[in-house]
Amino acid sequence: MQTESGTRPVLEVADLTLSFGGLHALSKVSFAVQEGTIAAVIGPNGAGKTSLFNCISGFYRPQHGAIWCEARDISRLHPPERAKLGLARTFQNIALFRGMTVLDNIKLGCHVHMRTGLLDGLLYWGRAEREEIELRTEIVERIVDFLEINHIRNQPVASLAYGLRKRVELARALAMKPKVLMLDEPVAGMNREETEDMARFILDVKEEWGITILMVEHDMGLVMDISDHVTVLNFGQVIASGKPADVTANPDVIRAYLGAGNVSQLRARIAGRAA
Amino acid sequence: MGFDWLFFAEVTLAGLGSGALLALTALAYVLIYKATKVVNLAIGEMLMMGAYLFFGLAAGYSLPIWVSILLALIGGGILGAVIERAVIRRMLGESAISIFMVTIGLGSIMVGIVEIIWTPNPARLPDFMGTAPLFIGDAYVSRKIAISFAVASLLIVGFVLAFRYWRGGIALRATATDQGAAFSCGINVPAVFSISWILASVAAAGAGILIGSVGGISPTMGVFGLSALVVVIVGGLDSIIGALIGGLIVGLLEAYAGTYIGGEYKLVTTFVLLLLILMLRPYGLLGTGEIERL
Amino acid sequence: MRIGALKESYATDNALFDTSTQRFWFMIGALALAAFPFVANDYWLYMACLVSIHIISTTGLNILTGYTGLVSLGQAAFMGVGAYTAGYLQLRVGSPFLVNLLAAGLVTAFVGIIFGLPSLRVKGLYLAIATIAASVILHFVFQHWTSVTGGNTGLSITPATFFGLELARPVQLYWVIIALTCVMMLAAANLFRTRVGRAFIAIRDRDISAEVLGIPLLRYKLMSFGLSSFYAGLAGGLWAYFFRVVTPESFPFVYSIFFLAAVIVGGMGTILGGILGAIFMTLVPEALKIVVGIATPVFPNAVAQLAPVRTIVFGALIVGFLVFEPHGLAEIWQRIRRFFYLWPFKT
Repeated sequence: MQTESGTRPVLEVADLTLSFGGLHALSKVSFAVQEGTIAAVIGPNGAGKTSLFNCISGFYRPQHGAIWCEARDISRLHPPERAKLGLARTFQNIALFRGMTVLDNIKLGCHVHMRTGLLDGLLYWGRAEREEIELRTEIVERIVDFLEINHIRNQPVASLAYGLRKRVELARALAMKPKVLMLDEPVAGMNREETEDMARFILDVKEEWGITILMVEHDMGLVMDISDHVTVLNFGQVIASGKPADVTANPDVIRAYLGAGNVSQLRARIAGRAA
Repeated sequence: MGFDWLFFAEVTLAGLGSGALLALTALAYVLIYKATKVVNLAIGEMLMMGAYLFFGLAAGYSLPIWVSILLALIGGGILGAVIERAVIRRMLGESAISIFMVTIGLGSIMVGIVEIIWTPNPARLPDFMGTAPLFIGDAYVSRKIAISFAVASLLIVGFVLAFRYWRGGIALRATATDQGAAFSCGINVPAVFSISWILASVAAAGAGILIGSVGGISPTMGVFGLSALVVVIVGGLDSIIGALIGGLIVGLLEAYAGTYIGGEYKLVTTFVLLLLILMLRPYGLLGTGEIERL
Repeated sequence: MRIGALKESYATDNALFDTSTQRFWFMIGALALAAFPFVANDYWLYMACLVSIHIISTTGLNILTGYTGLVSLGQAAFMGVGAYTAGYLQLRVGSPFLVNLLAAGLVTAFVGIIFGLPSLRVKGLYLAIATIAASVILHFVFQHWTSVTGGNTGLSITPATFFGLELARPVQLYWVIIALTCVMMLAAANLFRTRVGRAFIAIRDRDISAEVLGIPLLRYKLMSFGLSSFYAGLAGGLWAYFFRVVTPESFPFVYSIFFLAAVIVGGMGTILGGILGAIFMTLVPEALKIVVGIATPVFPNAVAQLAPVRTIVFGALIVGFLVFEPHGLAEIWQRIRRFFYLWPFKT
């Protein structure tokens, strides 16, 4: 599927349908993410956003539909295989490894790209040691400096504050050298300052590192500010899709968030009160 | 000479009898797992404690049989409550593996205590079921096994009904599905934990008394709990009906293997079955597969 | 963190020993180990060898349970496999000592993977149950595969020969056992500085995240179980050469609980924990014997109670440490260390 400008989508979801018994989590969801852009998926709670992410990651098997990554059908692949193809994600409830330090967590992100095996590890001196040093120098230094977490690099993650943990999770996802980075609510629970920091990091990831970003987010300010494309889900269906400004003016979208009622009346009332 | 159907029928009946006892023990596993998501490997040892309590009361203190049985069951319940409150409750929030290992340790402790108080030698329980043989048609069935089957079945049916229709049973199911939600609905979750452990211990103690009456008691009785564990895996960790069906299946299998292949093959056959089930249907015939909230 | 312990290169940052103090004590320890056989009597040499064998097995179980988060109740049964393999090769095939040990490890790893395959596709708890099955099935095999295992009478093994030297008494076996123990521990410590080791820990902490990062769960769990079984098999092989008699009763189920207790008591997920746990647990029955000896004048029956008291103590140690000190003796040791280098400060 080529657009007029000729860029091909790096991630594409076609006709995705996911049901749990009688509950339809996703119904015929289709959209595409262009390379090098930031795409946002928004929608009220329960709309199916995380289910969508879980399908793309490979944890849920949709009953119908296909998922394409760089023109390759990944619908049948297991999560580890999708990771190898360049799909990385963060989780809504932070999924760091509590028993390890920040550095070790980030090093794990690079797992797919490293090559030493069991015997190399047991022996250490030789291939494994070289690989470890290379890992520190090349990857970890870059990412740790970029995300400004050098001061906590040897701390166990369990002792970190929430905002820092989210940053470490981002660092780990970056260590995967992904083509597509999926962020599940990257600024949930953050204050103004932390949100701005995170927004800066996300933009840098897109511009300096050339990674495509797909994010689920509730913070409308962030979505409006940094995303290039927005898809709106409600009750498992896509109800709008396009540039942020267009989507937020869409009456269906407004109705989905604010409930039933006359939209212009509601607008007038809000404007009246503000004035 | 044709296949000896009569003998086969007798072996089958014996298998069903022990199957009911396995089902009762498996029920104890399922009760605790359903309510608290804990796999309590000490069920076999709690079964042994029930049998020994009865032995101590009836033979040691010469109390009347029915009083001894009642007290042994109560004792078993108390034991379960104490373990839950003192040990398991403290481990709330720890990984399932840790709690599992704690139950292994507890089982060890119980075996040691029994060996000290009553010596490691096997013993016989005072007889309260009579020995006059029973016949179903032409097939001989041991009176003890028949009574065990009847009692175990009654208890199981009782539990199944209670679970479905009694308010407490519904509370148990609610807690099993979602502790937080149950708490917010006003269900006393800690009480549910305690009750499930008490009921499970009583079931195990009862099974212990019955098994002891049939086959004698010894500190290694707890190995019956391992066979019951296989039953639970076959039937599904969280399915009561599965425990029933699994119990009958394993009971029959052990009876056939023991009789037709050789006595020492009983346990091995059961565990080979376990491995097969793990390969083909790891959640058991009737268990629910895990759905993880991501 | 130690003040003044600056690292100037990534290589040193990854090193096993942090400071020169540690390296100093390590040297002292190595010297002590080397001097030991010349000053110790036969009983202590025997204990040292037994402790070393237990350290290997405990470290193996620690890799599986402490680092990867999978419980196994079959460590003793797998040691049995190693013991019978080494014994059989020594008696019937006559292959060299070290080859037999390597074979013991490999055969056990293979057996382990067979039992691991059905159970590792599912939650870790099922592996525990499968290892119980393995214990029962293997015990049965030990008793009935008479042509290989000698049935209930077992195998009586001729002493190992190492470059012409006969290794029959503890003092002779000491060097080989200690050397192998050091190698195996070093290998384990190395592993957890590298990619595969980190993957094991990731599987323990949050296997869903591990999958998302590209770690194939079944393959790595099998690797961990296979490696742990290799350690068990090697320990079993050494056991066979040390005791020179292997019967089906040599590796009862309670021995598996012994190793689980060693891992828990020592400290799950640390190499030091494997060492401390093995030492502690091996010495516990000896300490109990002494206690029983003291108690005999008061409780004439005390000696007969030794076995059940030991069972209770194993169980109580497991429960006690899991409830009160889940990070085991290694954590207690770290606390003592911290106290000393922070002194006179408190934190």
